[in-house]
Amino acid sequence: MTKNGMGASVRRKEDYRFITGSGQYTDDINRPNQVYAYIVRSPVAHAHIRDLDISAAVATPGVVAVLTGADMAADEVGSLPCGWGINNKDGSPMFEPGHPPLAADTVHHVGDQIAVVIATSRAIAKDAAELVEVDYDELPVVAGLEAASADGAALVWPDAPGNVCFDWEIGDKAATDAAFEQATRVASIDVVNNRLIANAMEPRSAIGEYDSGKDEYTLYTTSQNPHVIRLLMGAFVLGIPEHKLRVIAPDVGGGFGSKIFHYAEEAIMTWASRKLKRPVKWTAERSESFISDAHGRDHISHAELAMDDDGMFLGLRVSTRANLGAYLSTFGPSVPTYLHATLLAGTYKTPAIYAEVKGMFTNTVPVDAYRGAGRPEASYLLERLVDRAAKVAGLDPIEIRRRNFIKPEDFPYQTPVALEYDTGDYEAAVEKALELSDYDNFESRKNASAERGKLRGIGISTYIEACGIAPSNVAGALGARAGLYEAGTVRVNPTGSVTVLTGSHSHGQGHETTFAQLVTEALGVDFDAVEIVHGDTGKVPFGMGTYGSRSAAVGGVALVNALEKIRTKAKKIAAHLLEASADDVEFKDGQLTVVGTDRSVGFGDVAMSAYVPHNYPLDELEPGLEETAFYDPKNFTFPAGCHICEVEIDPDTGVVQVVRFTAADDFGRVINPMIVEGQVHGGLTQGIGQALYENCVYDESGQLLSGSLMDYCLPKADNVPDFAVTTNVTPCTHNVLGVKGCGEAGAIGAPPAVINAVVNALAEFGIDDMPIPATPERVWQAIQAAK
Amino acid sequence: MYEFNYHRPASLDEAKQILAANAEAKIIAGGMTLLPTMKLRLAQPSDLVDLSAIDGLDAISDAGSAIDIGAMARHADVAHSEVVRSAIPALADLADAIGDAQVRNRGTLGGSIANSDPAADYPAAILALNATIRTDQREIAADDYFLGMFETALADDELVVAVSFPKPKKAAYAKFHNPASRYAIVGVMVAETDSGIRVAVTGAGACAFRASDFEAALTESFSADALGSVSIDSDDLNSDLHASAGYRAHLVRVMAVRAVKALGG
Amino acid sequence: MQTKVSCTLNGEDVSADVDSRTLLVDMIREQLSLTGTHVGCDTSQCGACVVHVNGRSVKSCSMLALQAEGAEIITIEGVDSNGDLHPMQAAFREHHGLQCGFCTPGMIMSALDLVQQNPDPDDKEIREWLEGNLCRCTGYQNIVQAVKAGAKSMRAGGKEAE
Repeated sequence: MTKNGMGASVRRKEDYRFITGSGQYTDDINRPNQVYAYIVRSPVAHAHIRDLDISAAVATPGVVAVLTGADMAADEVGSLPCGWGINNKDGSPMFEPGHPPLAADTVHHVGDQIAVVIATSRAIAKDAAELVEVDYDELPVVAGLEAASADGAALVWPDAPGNVCFDWEIGDKAATDAAFEQATRVASIDVVNNRLIANAMEPRSAIGEYDSGKDEYTLYTTSQNPHVIRLLMGAFVLGIPEHKLRVIAPDVGGGFGSKIFHYAEEAIMTWASRKLKRPVKWTAERSESFISDAHGRDHISHAELAMDDDGMFLGLRVSTRANLGAYLSTFGPSVPTYLHATLLAGTYKTPAIYAEVKGMFTNTVPVDAYRGAGRPEASYLLERLVDRAAKVAGLDPIEIRRRNFIKPEDFPYQTPVALEYDTGDYEAAVEKALELSDYDNFESRKNASAERGKLRGIGISTYIEACGIAPSNVAGALGARAGLYEAGTVRVNPTGSVTVLTGSHSHGQGHETTFAQLVTEALGVDFDAVEIVHGDTGKVPFGMGTYGSRSAAVGGVALVNALEKIRTKAKKIAAHLLEASADDVEFKDGQLTVVGTDRSVGFGDVAMSAYVPHNYPLDELEPGLEETAFYDPKNFTFPAGCHICEVEIDPDTGVVQVVRFTAADDFGRVINPMIVEGQVHGGLTQGIGQALYENCVYDESGQLLSGSLMDYCLPKADNVPDFAVTTNVTPCTHNVLGVKGCGEAGAIGAPPAVINAVVNALAEFGIDDMPIPATPERVWQAIQAAK
Repeated sequence: MYEFNYHRPASLDEAKQILAANAEAKIIAGGMTLLPTMKLRLAQPSDLVDLSAIDGLDAISDAGSAIDIGAMARHADVAHSEVVRSAIPALADLADAIGDAQVRNRGTLGGSIANSDPAADYPAAILALNATIRTDQREIAADDYFLGMFETALADDELVVAVSFPKPKKAAYAKFHNPASRYAIVGVMVAETDSGIRVAVTGAGACAFRASDFEAALTESFSADALGSVSIDSDDLNSDLHASAGYRAHLVRVMAVRAVKALGG
Repeated sequence: MQTKVSCTLNGEDVSADVDSRTLLVDMIREQLSLTGTHVGCDTSQCGACVVHVNGRSVKSCSMLALQAEGAEIITIEGVDSNGDLHPMQAAFREHHGLQCGFCTPGMIMSALDLVQQNPDPDDKEIREWLEGNLCRCTGYQNIVQAVKAGAKSMRAGGKEAE
């Protein structure tokens, strides 16, 4: 292993600036002559705007401008686009409502943008925003899935009957129905997947700046994918060509999906900066984030599993309603469909699967990807159902999983729901998890808990996820409106240092370290001589950004491909310098050597030669040493694993505490184990958050009840245990790195493991169901009802 | 936050003059409730009178049969005070369980009780320990002090100066906190005082209150079992996202039992 | 109406003209241009804004700038010594106690207050102390390790890098 190369737990390059307070997040940036924006948002969930009076706000000293939807319409500003179209069962396209950055005449959720007040200070802008008078003609509200699907429900969009955006299906219905006819045993379950809010610690922020001399725009924004924002905002909303629009996503304080999407505020600031000829800055307050960041999850599903006498799975039927919110967020429709239903095979060889998904509108904030995006919904549903199936079949929860696993010899395995898994070893992960969790001694721990008056339970989940959505042509055929490749440029500087330009974006993942490890591994240059540049469309040629655990599996491979081009060219240059054939040159540890001789040249000298080409094969090679690769994967990657959770429940209060948690994950090959473990810890904590603490709740009128960190509970340090984590590696078969991705696994595997453990702890009361999150009151109520 | 005039008087008299001259003035002690409320624009005082520069308001002293704590004593000071810890450990424990470390470093006893936040912790101690609230004008008995949600016996121009906590024979506090905000969903202090057993509940109702049925049962027999047959009527209890009134009523008993058990009962 | 506030910031005398409603964190970030102290919420939960005021950790979003008159304020920018990382900072890097870095300055400032009160905290004490500091990335485990290691290094006079 190269020191600081592949597989080394290298300490992070980026840390110095963060631990010294010198990171540069968007709100840390201030531009000369900058003014401040405050967004006037709807306090009601559904209304026509009868009248909008901005005169008092405009007259406030310090106010520079008050702009409204009418101003946007006059400038022909477009609608915020949706990046994924879904077709209905009959082949017709989904209903796609317009989404103006500032509402024109109707507001559709609490927090919908109505106007922007721009002033010389944040405080003045906020003061003046209170003077904007809006006369609302309130309309009936549907604030949740049940209300939206009730007979005679009010409509969010008059042209979307039944509040249905799409009614979609996947799988073979006839074959699945036939499987149920053969079945001797059937397990069924109704599950709600709770609505969540990502709550990255850095609130969203945007600064628009217009250079009238060059007619150029710059947008600083808290984004996971600046090139995607440039494309969506430039092409669909503001009509600015790419070469006139630079999008910079500097240090970004966490994303978890919520910073993938193109948001209204990005377009508003960019547009306003041109109108005012001044930089315009906006930063969300946290309570504003709650009503303007896209939310996650929010499904109601019914699922049935057909089995034979031996507990072998014959067929799976799933019917899901998914809340999409009032508008379609950038990738909203893809989440409950191609990222959810396609994962319903899980790790099991279920021969027939049929799923139908209704995407529904409600008067709530748009719903889109949040860490895991669709896959936690599938995993939760399936792993709760399998636990129930074990009871129906009279089998141990581990035994029923073992019987039904796809076996190592079955790969590549084509599921009944579109995906082809390349490789995996699910049973091996279970074995590792059982050992690491000391599963065999659970009973003695349970007894010890009982002596302290606590109920102890253990729960297992085996999950699979599909990461690095690809290939582009397949995704395109399924409705994606963007490519899903990644780009990487390796620029070897004349003195041999290396600058990498990557289209991936790091907002906590540590690309500046892991990608530098790949460079060190390939070129043998010193780790400190590598700089990773990301997050700036003005510097990085192109990119699709970071989401869906794709950075290593797509961005990393693009980088490795570019590095391979560098190696090839370097060998040719070395061959010239060493008067040998390129085929005879070996490139190892930063030295290029003619095989079997002591004739050798260092990579730094090769670089210098490329830029000072005095002794250089100019008739064969261009000077310079810079290469770019675009990589479009052949398939998704399929991380998988086994999670085991132990909880203690206080029967008097219903409080659930996770006391042990074990994860055995298969992420393929690992570049930096320290960073991967950190990703797992974070994902597990968000998964435990979903299972026990986090819940986004609206009342019937569409007011968000969990609208601040006073009521929306993020897991705190004493809510989670130390995690025991290990990996079980089966390298990905279709990318050169053998990597699969690790960012979302924790959030996918943990919720069912936690709830299975809670249900297990309560089994003595005859309880076999528990709504998520398992809050103290819900657990206590369940115990009371069972008594 | 709206603009206001800020004052930091050096004496109580000066503070009172400012309050008298400005009807919409408010006192700021630690600011742990007031500033977040003002940031959300839910309060709009014309003037803020900061008591932090007035000497002596944060004193903690042993007055023989009682512990006197100044209104400006920070929660962390109370939690770490040897004087408090040795005489009324339950009070130090209560202070140590308020909010988080940074809230405890700023928040004050006076601010907590002047506000009568239904979810604050100190009110349980005021009632259970039968404390006396000393203001710039008079002394108010614990049982006369809390009148309702954010409502106390304090007059508009009246300032809490200190609280005198009689030393109990024994006392314990048990708290069930809101997992997000760390305020009390239910907090119960059980104390054996010179005036008998007192059980005070915070978090559950509009303001802190004494649970007289619990007191009677414990007076009869100071044991957890004695609480088995008493319950609290949920009709007047708070209900929110985190706990229904019925669940709160249940928690009152559970917390009371825990406090009693902590006292060996 | 603007009022002048004078205090020391990381050992240097500073002053700023602020409105009565200017929060301490805004004065630090906007007027005094030290942006290492962050704002992550508006209800005093997240702890990204923790600084030391007169030796105690406080949430600078929950204090008025005017209340800092005459105070000694230390922010994340003031904890290293002449460019050498403070042992607690070094421990956060060594133990991967940060990912996106946004909560990190507040986390370190809070940890330093813990260690000055309790030089040898155990895991449980660290986790309880950090109730007022939210991190969405790390799952806290490595933060706890970092605080423990940082405390150990501080007990040894900062001589151990881990």
